[in-house]
Amino acid sequence: MSTPVVLTNLGPVDQIPFGEGRAFDVHGEQVAVFRLRSGALHAVGAVCPHRGGPIADGQIDGSVVVCPLHLNSFELATGCSRTGQPDLGSWPVSVDDDGDLIIQARRA
Amino acid sequence: MTSTMENPTGLGDPGDTRRRLVVIGNGMAGARAVEEILLRARDQFQITMFGDEPYGNYNRIMLSHVLSGEESDKDIFLNSMEWYEENRIDLHAGIRVTKIDRHAKLVFSDDGRITPYDQLIIATGSNSFMPSMEGLRMDDGSLKPGVFAFRTIDDTRGMVEYATHEHHTRAVVIGGGLLGLEAARGLQAYGLTVDVVHAGAHLMNAQVGPQAGEILRQSVEKLGIFVHTKARTTAILGEEKVEGIWLLEKPQIPCDMVVVAAGIRPNVDLAVRSGFTVERAIVVDDQMRTVDSDDVYAVGECVQHRGEVYGLVAPLWEQAVVLADHITGADPDAAYHGSRTATKLKVAGVDVASMGLQGPERDTDEVLVFSEPKRGVFKSLVIRDEKLVGATVLGDTSKVAFLMQAFDRGLPLPEERLEMLFNLGTPTAEASVEELADDTQVCNCNGVSKAALVHAVEGGCKTVGAVMDKTRAGKGCGSCKTMVCQIVEWAAGGAVQEDPSANWYVPGIPMDKPALMLAILQQELKSVSSVFAALAPDGAEEAKSKMGLASLLKMMWADDYIDEKDAKFINDRVHANIQKDGTFSVVPQMKGGVTSVEQLRRIADVAEKHKIPMIKLTGGQRIDLLGVPKEDLPKVWADLDMPSGYAYGKSFRTVKTCVGQEFCRFGVGDSTKLGIDIESKFQGIESPAKMKLAVTGCPRNCAESLVKDVGMVAIEGGRWEIYIGGAAGAHIRKGDLLATVDSHDEVMTLIGRFMQYYRENAKWLERTYSFVPRIGLEKIRGIVVDDTEGLAAGLDARMATSIAAYKDPWKEGAEPATPGQFRTALPLEVLPQVPIRVGS
Ligand SMILES: Cc1cc2nc3c(=O)[nH]c(=O)nc-3n(C[C@H](O)[C@H](O)[C@H](O)COP(=O)(O)OP(=O)(O)OC[C@H]3O[C@@H](n4cnc5c(N)ncnc54)[C@H](O)[C@@H]3O)c2cc1C
Ligand code: SF4
Ligand code: FES
Repeated sequence: MSTPVVLTNLGPVDQIPFGEGRAFDVHGEQVAVFRLRSGALHAVGAVCPHRGGPIADGQIDGSVVVCPLHLNSFELATGCSRTGQPDLGSWPVSVDDDGDLIIQARRA
Repeated sequence: MTSTMENPTGLGDPGDTRRRLVVIGNGMAGARAVEEILLRARDQFQITMFGDEPYGNYNRIMLSHVLSGEESDKDIFLNSMEWYEENRIDLHAGIRVTKIDRHAKLVFSDDGRITPYDQLIIATGSNSFMPSMEGLRMDDGSLKPGVFAFRTIDDTRGMVEYATHEHHTRAVVIGGGLLGLEAARGLQAYGLTVDVVHAGAHLMNAQVGPQAGEILRQSVEKLGIFVHTKARTTAILGEEKVEGIWLLEKPQIPCDMVVVAAGIRPNVDLAVRSGFTVERAIVVDDQMRTVDSDDVYAVGECVQHRGEVYGLVAPLWEQAVVLADHITGADPDAAYHGSRTATKLKVAGVDVASMGLQGPERDTDEVLVFSEPKRGVFKSLVIRDEKLVGATVLGDTSKVAFLMQAFDRGLPLPEERLEMLFNLGTPTAEASVEELADDTQVCNCNGVSKAALVHAVEGGCKTVGAVMDKTRAGKGCGSCKTMVCQIVEWAAGGAVQEDPSANWYVPGIPMDKPALMLAILQQELKSVSSVFAALAPDGAEEAKSKMGLASLLKMMWADDYIDEKDAKFINDRVHANIQKDGTFSVVPQMKGGVTSVEQLRRIADVAEKHKIPMIKLTGGQRIDLLGVPKEDLPKVWADLDMPSGYAYGKSFRTVKTCVGQEFCRFGVGDSTKLGIDIESKFQGIESPAKMKLAVTGCPRNCAESLVKDVGMVAIEGGRWEIYIGGAAGAHIRKGDLLATVDSHDEVMTLIGRFMQYYRENAKWLERTYSFVPRIGLEKIRGIVVDDTEGLAAGLDARMATSIAAYKDPWKEGAEPATPGQFRTALPLEVLPQVPIRVGS
């Protein structure tokens, strides 16, 4: 019933500057990974459910990302919309000992 | 008949098995009914709407504010076009339904479409009533130029346009009811002299009695609006356009425009033509169904229910709720029993509330009257058998909440009758708010109940502003704001203050601009993250505050500012303007709109090489290359090898110029040179909002200098006029004359000083058209021109520092400032495709 959990290495964490996000293709899914100034990492869907805006280009703070097109906001930790839009997906993400980004996705 | 249905529905997927709901009329009632239906059953219907106005749904009540210029027409939309898309509603805007075949269940519209329905809602509202008068219409049946109805956005826009013609100075409004008074007040905003001509014996005779009408007249005349009562207009004078009106038994009144606000008539032609039962309006039962077909409902001003026709929004909210309950099956027993119309309005700035009887009708009726004409206050109550059966209140609304409640529900009245007129210590405003039933409608414009407000407070909105944002209460005519405040205060247990954030520079830091700037200077905070760490509650970052802080810090610290990319909006991070499909637009600098063969050739080559989908001249006289993917930006800039033209960001943008002295027959000043010099000097300077400038070579103003943030006009004798605070976008404002000077150099000094003063003192995103009136022209002139406060040298010096710190941002293309700065963030396919026009 459950699909296998797959860990995927997205490469060095340094490709994301502090405070910003970058988009990745994770087995066909578009994922935006954000690296907070605190060092915390969050991964949510990269495509805004509102009008398809580039979430990775959004501005963040400790809790939300704001889509650059029409300024809808989504929680970084859960992908939940704070402005009445459908929610974004979210994925667990971390850094391994080599400083690489590891994202936990499910593959069908 | 069905053979003509070659494009029958436009209703998406034929495999869709949902019921087909068609709505005729996209006004306040039609759209509200659909909102209520979606709330109950998001997916039960495939919805198609027809509206013969070419717009989404807007708040008609707010047209008065649009007319007076308090609100832009963009701000009054309740549901944008996007809302219809999001809810998968097939909206035919600008299309008129011409016939309903209720046997075949088809709707015919004037675009030749035939739309089948399972259920239908008629919400066609009313039209302005045009009394018959000689000279009202031209030979072709159109209204005489200068004559207006007051019902739609287009009417309102037409009035504004006509009123702003310079040689139009005098207007007459026919009709002294709510609408007429609002129109009169609105037209005054354009400097017109306005007379109101009213056939009745006193103003607003439908809502208030003669005494109140007289006090209202005094209040209105204090505003400079002259009122003629018992005055019947018999003719509109003028051959080609309005030149005056003719009154029975009164001298004629010369005027340039006439607004007819003489009442409304339900819009029932369609229903009559389609065989529905129509008396004064379309007859419906308690479920809002027409009596002729169980599948056809009607709602709003076009409806007659138990003999009553309503002309205000509060009843239609109630009707919409019943209709939705019934049609979705959410509550099959829902029934509408009619509304008791208690009106609470702000008319031409005067609070007016009226309910039930205007005066006593039986000998035993008890009447209380209080009148204080000087202050424009009037209160009268009619009491029968210990129940309130009528009330009129002008000017002082402190007891209105209680009176409406007593009227609606027949509450027992206090022994001490005076308590019903005034706050005699007790019961206090809060107490009377407390007494209100939960479902009392507080905001009629947007149909918000007391319970909804309390709910918002319980849900965490602790300020009046937040509750208003959340519920839309108070965002209509504004007459309920006091009551909204009272309820929010009461619900929050007195824990509410005036919206503290109103004066904050950005939402994330609880400080106004001067305090924030002082703290930044004292603590030497040079980056956005350090400002959050030092000044935000718990040091927490706040995404929506970042742009404003980045701009402020850059202005304050110039070269010493620590540029953190994440503090900037994407446009400023990649120095280009994001478009709706996630691509960017690139605008090279073209100072003063002047270009050369080399530049044109280079731009053409780049456009060809990078397959630029659209090349467009902008309103700021530059060439825009649209549709560039983010990852291509560095290559495009490198190939252009031209400086950025700043078409993005909150900064100094462009200087538009006319050809001026060099070529123009009329030019008296070298506008092109001055424009180029200004742009060279101030390019890229950050500011609280964008700044657009223009220079024009003579008062003919070909570059439109009067409607720019800063505009220069050459006048005879080599002199220049400097205008500030103009706008010609969503808001329109003619700039104010700051000074007239003798030389280019003086222009440069004064505008630099003004822009610096604006940069230091404007709120975030406050354009000069708000800033200049807020501070006051006199004060700005004192500081900038006469240096009365001794600030000039400092302003000049700080502007000079900013100028010296200028770097062309496009040079970043060669060496990205951060890893992946120009990496795409997009799977482009899912974005809306921007239609590409190919030049021919
Ligand atoms: C300037 C102004 C100020 C007002 N102020 C207040 C106020 O302060 N308080 C208050 O309670 N009320 C106020 N009103 C009244 C209020 O706006 C109306 O009661 C309300 O708009 C009625 O809603 P409705 O949907 O029935 O009609 P409307 O809002 O008029 O909507 C009907 C729509 O149907 C369209 N239509 C008609 N026939 C067809 C057809 N055959 N095919 C397609 N479309 C069609 C019309 O073009 C229109 O867009 C004001 C009205 C005006 C004009
Ligand atoms: S503004 Fe005056 S000088 Fe400039 S182009 Fe127009 S007419 Fe000529
Ligand atoms: S596309 Fe993201 S907010 Fe509109």
